[in-house]
Amino acid sequence: MSRKLIEILKERFGAEVLETKSEHGDETAVVEARAWGKVAKFLREDPRCEMDMMVDLCAVDYPNREPRFEVVMHLHSIRLNHRLRLKARVGDSEGDHAELESVTSVWSGANWFERETFDMMGIVFTGHPDLRRILMYPEFVGHPLRKDYPADRIQPLVPFREGYEKLPPFDHFEGMSFGRQVFRSGKVD
Amino acid sequence: MGEIKPATTTRVFEGGDQGFATTRLDAMLGWARKYSLFMYPFVTACCGMEFFSMTSPRYDVSRFGAEAPRFSPRQADLLWVVGTISQRQAPALKRIYEQMLDPKWVLAFGTCASCGGFYDNYTTLAGIDKIVPCDIYIPGCPPRPEAVFDGLLLLQDKIARGDRTPGVVKPREDPATAEGLVQLHTKIKAPA
Amino acid sequence: MEPIDQELEEGELELPSQPMSLNMGPSHPAMHGTVRIVMELSGETITKADVQIGYLHRGFEKMCERGNWTQVFPYVDRCNYASPMLNNVGFALAVEKLLGVTVPERCQYYRVVLGELARIADHLTSQGAMAMELGAFTPMLWFIKGREMIYDIMEEETGARLTHSFGRVGGMAKPPSDHFKPMVAQVLPRVLSILGEAEALLLQNRIFMDRLQGVGKISAADAIALGWTGPCLRATGVPYDVRKAHPYLVYDRLAFDIPVGQEGDNWDRFMVRIEEIRQSVRIIEQALEQMADQGPVNVDDPRIVLPPKDEVYSTIEGTIQHFKIVMEGIKVPAGEAYGYTEGCNGELGFYLVSDGSGTPYRVRIRPPCFAITAGLGGLVTGLMIPDVVPTFGSLNMIGGECDH
Repeated sequence: MSRKLIEILKERFGAEVLETKSEHGDETAVVEARAWGKVAKFLREDPRCEMDMMVDLCAVDYPNREPRFEVVMHLHSIRLNHRLRLKARVGDSEGDHAELESVTSVWSGANWFERETFDMMGIVFTGHPDLRRILMYPEFVGHPLRKDYPADRIQPLVPFREGYEKLPPFDHFEGMSFGRQVFRSGKVD
Repeated sequence: MGEIKPATTTRVFEGGDQGFATTRLDAMLGWARKYSLFMYPFVTACCGMEFFSMTSPRYDVSRFGAEAPRFSPRQADLLWVVGTISQRQAPALKRIYEQMLDPKWVLAFGTCASCGGFYDNYTTLAGIDKIVPCDIYIPGCPPRPEAVFDGLLLLQDKIARGDRTPGVVKPREDPATAEGLVQLHTKIKAPA
Repeated sequence: MEPIDQELEEGELELPSQPMSLNMGPSHPAMHGTVRIVMELSGETITKADVQIGYLHRGFEKMCERGNWTQVFPYVDRCNYASPMLNNVGFALAVEKLLGVTVPERCQYYRVVLGELARIADHLTSQGAMAMELGAFTPMLWFIKGREMIYDIMEEETGARLTHSFGRVGGMAKPPSDHFKPMVAQVLPRVLSILGEAEALLLQNRIFMDRLQGVGKISAADAIALGWTGPCLRATGVPYDVRKAHPYLVYDRLAFDIPVGQEGDNWDRFMVRIEEIRQSVRIIEQALEQMADQGPVNVDDPRIVLPPKDEVYSTIEGTIQHFKIVMEGIKVPAGEAYGYTEGCNGELGFYLVSDGSGTPYRVRIRPPCFAITAGLGGLVTGLMIPDVVPTFGSLNMIGGECDH
């Protein structure tokens, strides 16, 4: 079971494993940011863990906490059929200095996941072969998934057309009348 | 609209006060164009699934003459913008539109193409009419193929009359309450 | 053809060539509309390929933070829009994991059947599209015909053909209709016969076989390192299926096989998906047999599930329950969970972080085809341009899911 994984980790890394918890059937371990690469490599290569698949890598933004971001990695072992969630906390309250070691050398699939985390949250993965934006366009400024990026701030690439009229909305006698909320005064039927 | 310059060799037929002969020519050109629209399917998202359904045997679009897809904008008349257009995709869409030759029409298939849908965020273009002029808007998320054909027929009607004002497909009457729904007509009536 | 201005030795005739850069997409018929591959070519062979996605990025994760838990369902539908029910079920299961509730059995069977129908629809669409891009237009039309029958069932049950938004936390939006079982029982043999007809057309066709066999090979170790799951991983020989490895809903009571390939090339991915359709039909038949005709579909918890409509206007508890759930959202206790199911392309995971309120704090979708498309660049290097078309088609990248 995954509980043994946490013990193996604690035994091997001692104080660098900051917290562990087990809730809703998931095992989580929070490690120090500077131990990230070591822990990842260990989890891949140790025969008791054999986490050969990196399932997901993402980040969560907690603007009220210091460090601000929590990088979350989900790992899975196909043969041993156990899972682990590995976390590390990086970044200051402005969102700068959020750096973590890249695990692309351990799992090649981490390449795109780290690019996406960089794109959306601004976490820099040192040692990444090609860290550039993946979902947003290169001209985009900012990191959209951070809590302080307003969801509707657009940065258009193409200037918008001027001088055209939008069509007026439907009049109440146009289109379908069934299913429309028609105000009826008085009682409810 | 176009102007007729007598000295040039190109003539733009857009209707107007040109006289009887040109008007009949207009009508003939309009008839020919509307029943032979070559589409450029600019398909991005979920509406693409309904686009496939529309081109498939049950909801056959080829009976309207609008089936032939041309994946080169130079050879297409009707730009079907199917699905959400993101800010990143917008330059590509604008370029494809500019590469198409006149006369050309644009059809916004689905709510995301018409007005951005419920994606009012940093990455979605809130309607393609912000970057290209659009002739027909078909709301729906995704619109049923029947609604798409409403839009296509509306467009064909506009092409026949030389009308360039944009149109929106409005929801139809509830067929369950419509009168005389199943009745054979000898002439096809315009949609209600 | 000897160049005049070059000194060449006898017997040496080399045409100078420089790598040419070619751009496929983002608006391209075979790129499923939303992927751009910038290739460096040497002749027709690709020496470098840079796959650029993100042309359909619609801000799913940011939009989820602006509404309730229930308002995520329409967004999540549009992620993998070829099999929307699987997304609905996956997200509902993830939230239920965080809540710690289990839906009643009738709902579990219902979710299984609707999910498997969506899986069949997705496989039909994707394999039909791949065949069409190779020139085989007819099987695509037949597959879409079969898909229309599935859409008819979905329309009867959920009200919408494509983006149903039918899942709810703690159950489904409506119980199964009376026509559900007979309709599904009628459609399944017809889908199988369509499959058989298309197979007869495709599987012996020399061109089809040559374009798929041996093309786009990947080894199991590479696939696992990339994070591939689902039919693409099973085609390389790894029998990993979330429904068998970590059974959820009632999959542990249903007998089905997992088709596994050997070579990891396009042909195996195609065959795995075709065989999966047959296995899905098998699952649906068993589930329909075992599904009860009566019984609750939603969890009996007033904090999660909306009350029946007649109670909303007549009883005070119903009104309050309705008001609280609609206005404030379902109060999911603070914490985090990673719920994963077998989506059409592989392990579809949702990592949810809740702060105790009715609005999600963070919804992260782990799209299976994100990891799969990450491998496309490597797969395509060394192939020729026309090989990109079946390779990309066999990976089944769904733009809405990949770019979320």
